[in-house]
Amino acid sequence: MALTLQVNGQTREVQADAETPLLYALRNDLGLVGTRYGCGLGQCGACTVIIDGKPVQSCDITVAAVAGKKIITVEALGTVQALHPLQRAFIAEQAAQCGYCASGILMAAKALLDVNPDPSDADIRNALDGNLCRCGTHGRVLRAIKSAAAEMRRG
Amino acid sequence: MAQAQDAAARKLPGSLDTNRRLDRWLRINADGTVTVTPGKVEIGQGILTALVQMVAEELDIAVSRIRLVPATTAISPDEGITSGSRSIQESGLALRHAAAEARDLLLARAAQRLGVTLESLTVADGVVSARGGGSATYWELASPDLLARDASFDVMSKLPAEHVVVGTSLARVDIPGKVTGQPSYVQDMVLPGMLHGRITRPPGPQAQLQRLDAQEVEQMPGVVAVVRDGSFLGVVAAREEQAIRAERRLARIAQWTPGPDLPANDPRHLRTLAAETEVISEKGDPATAGARQFGAEYTKPYLAHASLAPSCAIAHWEGSKDRGKVRIWTHSQGIFPLRGDIAQVLDMPEADIVITHAEGAGCYGHNAADDVTLDAVLLARAVPGKPVRVQWMREDEFAWEPFSSPMVIRLSAALDDRGHIVNWGHELWSHAHSTRPGGRGGVNLLAAWHLEKPLPAAKPGNPPLPGGGSHRNAIPLYDFPNQKVTNHLIRQSPLRTSAMRALGGHANAFAIECFMDELAAAAGADPVEFRLRHLKDARARAVIEKAAGMAKWQPGEKGNGERGRGVGFARYKNLAAYFAVIAEVNIAEDVRVTRMWAAVDVGQAINPDGVINQIEGGMIQTVSWTLKERVDFDRHGVTTRTWDDYPILSFVEAPEVEVALINRPDAPPVGAGEGTQGPVSAAIGNAIYNALGARLRDMPFTRDRIVAALST
Ligand code: FES
Ligand code: FES
Repeated sequence: MALTLQVNGQTREVQADAETPLLYALRNDLGLVGTRYGCGLGQCGACTVIIDGKPVQSCDITVAAVAGKKIITVEALGTVQALHPLQRAFIAEQAAQCGYCASGILMAAKALLDVNPDPSDADIRNALDGNLCRCGTHGRVLRAIKSAAAEMRRG
Repeated sequence: MAQAQDAAARKLPGSLDTNRRLDRWLRINADGTVTVTPGKVEIGQGILTALVQMVAEELDIAVSRIRLVPATTAISPDEGITSGSRSIQESGLALRHAAAEARDLLLARAAQRLGVTLESLTVADGVVSARGGGSATYWELASPDLLARDASFDVMSKLPAEHVVVGTSLARVDIPGKVTGQPSYVQDMVLPGMLHGRITRPPGPQAQLQRLDAQEVEQMPGVVAVVRDGSFLGVVAAREEQAIRAERRLARIAQWTPGPDLPANDPRHLRTLAAETEVISEKGDPATAGARQFGAEYTKPYLAHASLAPSCAIAHWEGSKDRGKVRIWTHSQGIFPLRGDIAQVLDMPEADIVITHAEGAGCYGHNAADDVTLDAVLLARAVPGKPVRVQWMREDEFAWEPFSSPMVIRLSAALDDRGHIVNWGHELWSHAHSTRPGGRGGVNLLAAWHLEKPLPAAKPGNPPLPGGGSHRNAIPLYDFPNQKVTNHLIRQSPLRTSAMRALGGHANAFAIECFMDELAAAAGADPVEFRLRHLKDARARAVIEKAAGMAKWQPGEKGNGERGRGVGFARYKNLAAYFAVIAEVNIAEDVRVTRMWAAVDVGQAINPDGVINQIEGGMIQTVSWTLKERVDFDRHGVTTRTWDDYPILSFVEAPEVEVALINRPDAPPVGAGEGTQGPVSAAIGNAIYNALGARLRDMPFTRDRIVAALST
């Protein structure tokens, strides 16, 4: 069936079963492959997107449930030519090894900074409690988010 | 004659020795670029960036001119497997030599064209200039035949003092794409007409598929084929979620005959099994005598690689089912050995199989990358002409990836009255640490064992010493007058085991370093000083002293019942990176590692920040192994299926980590992906002892185990 989604400021139509997890519609119908599958169970955060301002695990929610809501994926954060401060900070800190966790973490971090521009270390750690990184980039990721927040406050 | 023998005996650096054609490694293009085709692959360790640096350095070109081609069996040199932190030694040194020779060849052409001597030439970003005027570029000088020759022996690469690109922290080439959500992994590849597959696995390792009425699944929306071959069962569908739904239905209706019961999940079960026993080190000095004898036993459980991305591959079968060719994309660490195994399963020539590497998530060793590749091939063969993408579900990855083996290590020692160790005994029990594809006498791919006509697995084994497998790092680096090290290898394991970061080196170095602490306490010595007392190797001493200095270690410092600190050290494989660490723990509800200070020496650091990133990552992952991780199974099969069953260290729990790099530009470069594991686990155990006075010898160090240790 045809469902209408609001993704990254655009109205997009997908032909999928209403029960399809949003993750697969984003990746396979809309070509937004920056949102990634890690568990399909809401346990790892690799699939995190922002829906109506909140970080949501897209593997765990159906397309029908998000019709009409504002969905933002990592592709809308910034591009290599015009990086978001978070992305710039991740590159500056080299805050990735395999990088598979990175887009989910970036989206969780963006959702945090949107409501809390000056987070404490504990705020940042807590905001990432739903995101796993197996490569052990935790220290660099925390530093990168902190420095991006500082940069964004300077404007 | 004598000369010919000489040439045969001489070796070229790294993998160049077995892949001598220069154009297998490098091409100089007329458009101002250089194509580099290493056989090693990116597994999240940043290796490709280091290789780019080494080539740019020797050629004197900007790094931006280099185009890396992903490894493919079609054109890349066969460099075996990307593992064991050997990529710099094998691929890096080969490319360094090949690039240096390419530069020599280009300069010879330039000298000829400009009518000047070689000595009068300089190079800047590929422009060759003669002192007296006149210049030519690599791009004009190169021709397709330039590198169509074998490498020669007498090529001089640059001296470390001349390096301008090597030794700098060049930013990783792949990170911008990854943080902007661009397609970066095999998981992200889309081929025209691509279908999606999923596999239904048996309930346990030896269970057999008995009955299946697949008709209702075949009629589900989107389903293109249900593929059954013996106990191998999979489904292909148009859409990914359709394949997942169909697979779930298959799993519900398939009926299996269970295999034999699995034993209890206790590493000590190893000691009851028949083993092949080998003494791997023995030395004696009858002049020494020890008065006080000590002994202790340490264990580790089955661990999972637990890559963040479940394994994935794409296969595209062309031709008929019985006479076709297949193209494959995979994140396997060894595309050539994998091709050999797949050729055996399909009974077809290797030349008809082309495997190209595409990145996956970090794998940390032999995970399911190879297995999912055969799965994709078997499904693709059932739908010729259509590429099939298979990604394992999280539950598949936990239940079916090859695990790191449980181990038991029994140590004994004698101290003399000066507080020196005069006798050392190390006995270890373990399953094999290497069952990758490419083994002799069988096929090491999961689906191959489930087919109607199953292929046997190759005999599980270990890489040989000096690197070793289960016996990696079992021979102490410390100087003891008497020692005996015995390896008990139990080849048959209830659950499949294979390579995971550091292999047996994790548990061996963990045990040695905990026992050193126990002996230091018995000798009334400070654990840092006690190690130095037994170490002559200057580079080993330097990392220990550096880490202790960073942590402001106080000789004899004691914990306070909650907080404590401990030390750990090893030289990876006894021949690669030196690493020492001080860990701080805080014990309240749970054990938390709060801070770590570490020093590492990898010889010449090609990319210092890349080394530090690898070391930090290895340390944090090891904290997770040590405090939290264990694969569980019952008598039927693996019960660890999700991240809830197998929690790993979270952002809330991650320690602060400080790493110092002792750069030695004149020492050969070695890898940094491994080597932290044993020392970090030991430093945590030693810190817990320092805090509480209780000694934990069985990983993981859970709250229950601490309570138990405190009550004995
Ligand atoms: S894939 Fe959605 S939380 Fe893991
Ligand atoms: S960088 Fe590999 S999982 Fe985070």
